Amino acid sequence: MNKKRSRLLLKGLVWLLGLAPAVWLFWRGFTHRLGANPIEEVLHRLGDTALILLLVTLSITPIRRLTRWTSLAPLRRTIGLFAFFYLTMHFLWYAIVDQTLDWEFIVEDIVMRPYILVGFTAWLLLIPLAITSTRGWIRRLKKNWQRLHRLVYVSIGLGVLHFYWQVKADTYWPIVATTALVVLMLLRFPWRRRSGQASPGGQVLAAGQPGDKVSSATQGSSSD
Amino acid sequence: MLIRKPADIPSSEITPERVYINRREFIGKSAGIALGGAAGGALIGGGIGGGAHHLSAQTPGGQRDWSTVRSERDEVLTPYEDVTSYNNFYEFGTEKEDPARNAHTLQPRPWTIEVGGLCANPGVYGLEDFVRTGTMEDRIYRMRCVEAWSMVIPWYGFALKDVIDRADPLGSARYVEFKTLHDPVQMPGQRSRVLDWPYVEGLRMDEARHPLTILATGVYGRDLPNQNGAPIRLVVPWKYGFKGIKSIVSMTFMEQEPYNTWKRSASSEYGFYANVNPEVNHPRWSQARERRLGELRRRETLLFNGYIDQVAGLYAGMDLRVYY
Repeated sequence: MNKKRSRLLLKGLVWLLGLAPAVWLFWRGFTHRLGANPIEEVLHRLGDTALILLLVTLSITPIRRLTRWTSLAPLRRTIGLFAFFYLTMHFLWYAIVDQTLDWEFIVEDIVMRPYILVGFTAWLLLIPLAITSTRGWIRRLKKNWQRLHRLVYVSIGLGVLHFYWQVKADTYWPIVATTALVVLMLLRFPWRRRSGQASPGGQVLAAGQPGDKVSSATQGSSSD
Repeated sequence: MLIRKPADIPSSEITPERVYINRREFIGKSAGIALGGAAGGALIGGGIGGGAHHLSAQTPGGQRDWSTVRSERDEVLTPYEDVTSYNNFYEFGTEKEDPARNAHTLQPRPWTIEVGGLCANPGVYGLEDFVRTGTMEDRIYRMRCVEAWSMVIPWYGFALKDVIDRADPLGSARYVEFKTLHDPVQMPGQRSRVLDWPYVEGLRMDEARHPLTILATGVYGRDLPNQNGAPIRLVVPWKYGFKGIKSIVSMTFMEQEPYNTWKRSASSEYGFYANVNPEVNHPRWSQARERRLGELRRRETLLFNGYIDQVAGLYAGMDLRVYY
C-alpha cells in the first residue's frame, strides 16, 4: 500500500519534471521571453533537455545500486521516452522551423556537417529503442532486447559529441556533459564486474540478478 | 554631451516637435497600462516596420524617427532592443544575453585611446579629442555574424580614415591593429581563459581607409550601450561581426599582419580577412544562408555582405578560399 503510493508519487514527479521544460518553453514563447533569436533559443533548449534527460536515465542504475532504492528502476523508461520526445522535437524544430523544410540544405547539413550527422545518428539510434520500449517488445525480444537497448550508450556518446562540436570557444557545458557521461559509465562497469560471476560480456549475469537490466526493465514494464 | 549630434540629417527626417511631444504624452498616459512603454512605442512607431518593439519611437529629445528608416536595400532595421540584448562580447560572458546583463561594470568614461606604432603622429587621446576629427553621422549597415545570423543596425560614428590621416602612418605601415580594454575588474569575462585577452583585431591599411569602415560611438542615435562596445568600436560591414572589435583602447600601425584573437583561437576556422562569403563555409557549418533576426526563413548570404560594388576591388586577384 505504502509502497504503491510512493511509487505513484515518484511517477507523478517524473511526469511533472519531464513536462516542465516544455511548459517552460511554451510560457516563455507566449510571453515573448525567448530573446532576440527565439528560433535558435528553442532549438538549443530542446537539445539541452534531451541530453540532460538521457544522462539522467544513465544515472538511475548507479543511484539504485548505491541507495538500494529499487523503486527508481521503473522510472527509467519514462524518462528515456521523455528524452526521446525532446530529441524528436529538437530535430523537427531544426527541420521545420529552423530550416523551413528546405531539404536541399537539410541533406547538405546532415552529409557535410559532422556535428549534425552525429546528432542525427543519435536520434536515429533512439527510434528503435523508443518503439521497443513496451512490455510486449521486451517479452518478444528477450535477451536481444537488452542487447538492442545498449544502443543508448552510443546515442548519448554521439549526443555529447554533437554538443561539443558546435561550440565556438566556450567548452564549459560540453565538458560538464562529457564528465557526467564518463562518471556515469565508470560507475556502472566496476559494479557489474563485482557482482558478476566472472561472466564475459555480462549477459549471463543479467539473467537472474535483481539489480540487472533485464529484470529492471521487466519490473519497469510490469509496474507501469 | 561628448559627441556632436548629427548636423546632416535632413530636417524632413527630424520629428517635428509637436509630434514628439504628443508621443511623450501618449507614452506617459499608457505607462499605467501593463506593457505601457513598449506597446505605446510600437503603436506610434507603427506602420511598415511593424516589429514588436519600436523603442526608437521613444528616443528622448525628439531625435530621428527610426521606424520608417530603411537600409539601401530597403531592409527593416533590427529593433533597438534586439541590437542591445543579443551580443557576442565574451569579455562579459559567452551567452548572447550575458553582455546586456553583465556589462554594467564597464566604465566608458573617462576613456583614453593610444595611437602608436609606425606613424608620424602618435599620442594618447581622451575619447572626446580622439573623435573630434571625425564627422559624425548615422550609418545603416548589415551586420553578419560568423555564426550565420544577421541584423541591420543604424550606427552612429565616423570614418576610421579620419583618425588614420591625423596619425599620419609611415609608408612601412601596412596594417593597423586594435585592442580592447584588458581589465578583468571591469570585464569579468576576462577572468576565464575562453579567449586570449585582450581581444585583438586588425585591418589592412586599404581596408582601414575604406570609406565604409567606421568607428562607431553610438547606435540608434544614442551613445553605445556598454554591451555593444562602449565607448567606441570598429564596424566593418563587409566582414563577419567578430572583426568589429569593441571598447577599443589602442590603435597600432604595423608592418606585419596582426594576429587577431579568433584566428589565434582556431586558425582553421577564423582567418584574418573574415570577409562575408557564402561560398567559403565555416569548417563546421554553412555560410550560404543566414538568419536575419526577426525573420522566419533564412536569407541567402551576399558576397561581401552585399557591399561587393564598394569593396570587391580591395581583393582583386586574391584567392578568398585561402585568405578567409
